Amino acid sequence: MAINITMPALSPTMEEGTLAKWLVKEGDTVKSGDIIAEIETDKATMEVEAVDEGKIAKILIAEGTEGVKVNAVIAVLAEEGEDVSDVKAPAAAPSVSRPEPAATSPAPQGRKETAPAAPPNPPSRSGGGGPAPKGDGTEGASAVMERPSGARILASPLAKRIAANKGIDLKAIKGSGPHGRIIRRDVESAKPGAQVASADVAPASPDGLILPQILDDRVYAPDTYELKPLDGMRKTVAKRLTQSFMQVPHFPLNVDITLDNLLTSRAAINNAAREGVKVSVNDLLIKAAALALIDEPDCNASFTDKGIAYHKHANISVAVAVEGGLITPVIFKAEQKGLAEISEEMKDLAARARERKLKPQEYMGGTFSISNLGMFGIKSFASIINPPEGMILSVGAGEKRAVVDEKGNVVVRTVMSVTLTCDHRVIGGAEGAKWLNAFKRYVETPEAMLL
Amino acid sequence: MSTQYDLIVIGSGPGGYVAAIRASQLGMKTAIVERESLGGICLNWGCIPTKALLRSAEVLHLAKHAKSFGLKIENPSFDLETIVKRSRGIAAQLSGGVKFLMKKNKIDVIEGTARLEKGAPAPKVIVKGKDGKDTPYTAKHVMLATGARARDIPQAGLKADGKLVWTYREAMTPDVMPKRLLVIGSGAIGIEFASFYNELGSEVTVAEVMDRILPVEDAEISGLAEKDFKKQGMNILTGAKVENVKPGKNTVTAEITTKDGKKETKEFDRVILAVGIVGNVENLGLETLGVKVEKTHVVVDGFGRTGVPGLYAIGDLTGPPWLAHKASHEGVMCVEGIHGKNHAEPFDASNIPGCTYSHPQVASVGLTEAAAKAKGYDIKVGRFPFIGNGKAIALGAENGLVKTIFDRKTGELLGAHMIGAEVTELIQGYVIARQGELTEQDLIHTVFPHPTLSETMHEAVLDAEGRVLHV
Repeated sequence: MAINITMPALSPTMEEGTLAKWLVKEGDTVKSGDIIAEIETDKATMEVEAVDEGKIAKILIAEGTEGVKVNAVIAVLAEEGEDVSDVKAPAAAPSVSRPEPAATSPAPQGRKETAPAAPPNPPSRSGGGGPAPKGDGTEGASAVMERPSGARILASPLAKRIAANKGIDLKAIKGSGPHGRIIRRDVESAKPGAQVASADVAPASPDGLILPQILDDRVYAPDTYELKPLDGMRKTVAKRLTQSFMQVPHFPLNVDITLDNLLTSRAAINNAAREGVKVSVNDLLIKAAALALIDEPDCNASFTDKGIAYHKHANISVAVAVEGGLITPVIFKAEQKGLAEISEEMKDLAARARERKLKPQEYMGGTFSISNLGMFGIKSFASIINPPEGMILSVGAGEKRAVVDEKGNVVVRTVMSVTLTCDHRVIGGAEGAKWLNAFKRYVETPEAMLL
Repeated sequence: MSTQYDLIVIGSGPGGYVAAIRASQLGMKTAIVERESLGGICLNWGCIPTKALLRSAEVLHLAKHAKSFGLKIENPSFDLETIVKRSRGIAAQLSGGVKFLMKKNKIDVIEGTARLEKGAPAPKVIVKGKDGKDTPYTAKHVMLATGARARDIPQAGLKADGKLVWTYREAMTPDVMPKRLLVIGSGAIGIEFASFYNELGSEVTVAEVMDRILPVEDAEISGLAEKDFKKQGMNILTGAKVENVKPGKNTVTAEITTKDGKKETKEFDRVILAVGIVGNVENLGLETLGVKVEKTHVVVDGFGRTGVPGLYAIGDLTGPPWLAHKASHEGVMCVEGIHGKNHAEPFDASNIPGCTYSHPQVASVGLTEAAAKAKGYDIKVGRFPFIGNGKAIALGAENGLVKTIFDRKTGELLGAHMIGAEVTELIQGYVIARQGELTEQDLIHTVFPHPTLSETMHEAVLDAEGRVLHV
């Protein structure tokens, strides 16, 4: 009997989402609990778990597809002993949601035996050739969110009302009332728009990768802090950076770069630029980094399970601090873009990032990152790599320093220190150094960017 | 007797003895120090004996109205001595009950007066016994539950003498019925005594400095109470200042400045001083330990911590509301905080019901209408009169009102205010609703039994939604 895997809902209000990634392919055998795909809305990512065992017979929705309706069939699973080739795709168009209560309501997952065995007009059952239904109703729901989403959310009526008013998803909130009940104070301290992230929200294990830092009254007395529930962004940042720092062998390279020429050029460029365009130092650094990546293609690389991906374009992720976290919108093909274009695009992306209005495709797909803390007077720092990118550049403050010039004289120059953090699995010390030299050349001789 | 404890509680009122039982339940070796009678003021001189007195007054009231129920009781009268004896007997019975509870929970009762000295991990407890000898005790934690007492205002000439000018203590053990009684202060204590003596035939004057009686209650409820008491023959002076209460040989004179500024000296047989409460903070050694005391109350956090390691305080000693159930709850919270027991919740003062057992009764929880408005809430108010309730009419208790105040935005029950028969027994429904964070919808969907007075509570919620049924 073929089993439909459907698009799960990240929140009760979610209607559609992006199928970001398949972690299995047709023909793969999966067992209950295996992560088979990732779906996304905005910045929240959720893993889809297989409930039943079997072989992935058909993938109906390609990864990267946007606007997939909740409960749409995204793949079909053949049960053991069933011939994969016999399984037919369900008749319903994938983007049309199915009126199957078992999949709509998460509840039956906790008590499968009561799941409706014969939902009205079940398109999945039209697939012929499979063994007869077991008749125990287990073919009900096929895909669940990572968390047993069917678990009843314990929340007070007042907490529910306030959450609804504020647009807060109760699943993203940890309850502090009796038996973990979500009460008024929990929703009042939560941020509007909080969503469930991929991480499971069970109190004891915020994330499989994060140390179980359990809040213990014996360590911090309850009245000595204010507790803010983890929202989707915080969880995503925590998970990704922890993964990166634990799994990617990082190494840093430092260099000092003289900025005087770049500053002179910037003034000249802005004088010549059309009304409304004002190129920042950071815009120039984005361009320089992009050109350096094209010059040193070995450095524009990602380590992946299938091999090292050498990127053909320099897609520069720029770290933007936003309230409650961090996001990295991407300037795609920055090597091909003019400074005015980079500048305008960056302004727009940063503004929308701060409002948390970026689309996933605007912050995914970078090949290299820049993080600039110069405006805060930071001299130098080493960022954590933003996977699957291979390198990240940390830019310190430009400051006047005493420098010994080529003639041996001590002169005053505007200098900044930068640190390039590299993924040693794809980039060796020599490659990193070559890229830094190329970058330094563009910054110190900005005219070279015109070539 | 063992002198090493996990917890020593000083004071065995409803705060202290309940805390001691909870501590014992959690496996703590516990002792309790009491200088007078187990059960403290509540059992011996407060809540319970006054309820016994008021019950006598209520039965008398019914007997007087027997005719309206079709009963024949000729000239109902009372015997004051027996009324007081009954009240004292009940107090003694309950004090004995506390003694039994201490024994059952293996809590050592130390008789005497405690004071504290510096010590670690908690202050040392020195108990001066009945024989005048000091005995030191040590514990890991020490909880102060010494309570409070009636306030004097000597600078305004308001001082009890225990003979003609009474505090609650003398007022509940009268040897004679005062013909003319002045009650100064119209909080719960003042109003209960006023109600009792009025029912028994005293000519009662209540003087309140604020512009209404029961000033902590919702203004509408205060107004209804005043109207009802006046109808029963009570003389109520609001906005009135009393000064120079001078006991003479058999009578007392008092200077009363009324609302309109007229000053008059009046004569009374007895005066009851009910102008507030002061915490029992003296002679405990709090100064040497550096315990923070503000306006006779020990300053604590939500778990009763004083800031001095190992020293806690709960109940009336820590400030208003001065209520036994507040003290018991605080005591339990404090012990659970000490123990680190799963899910200890800090004390939340916003959900403590207040009750006045006068005739009619008054009960409330949460914010008054004025307070809710002052806090900026957009409110919905519901009201339901007892006259619309079948059970109230059957009881012959059709005077009463239930008032609910909801936050229009969230449906939260911000406050509930009740006056009428048995409302002190009803208010807990709203307290549970607030504790469980129920909204108006949950209350509307709750089935209330018929016929009961509690239906008025349902109707008052329906009225806030503009869908009241029985008016």
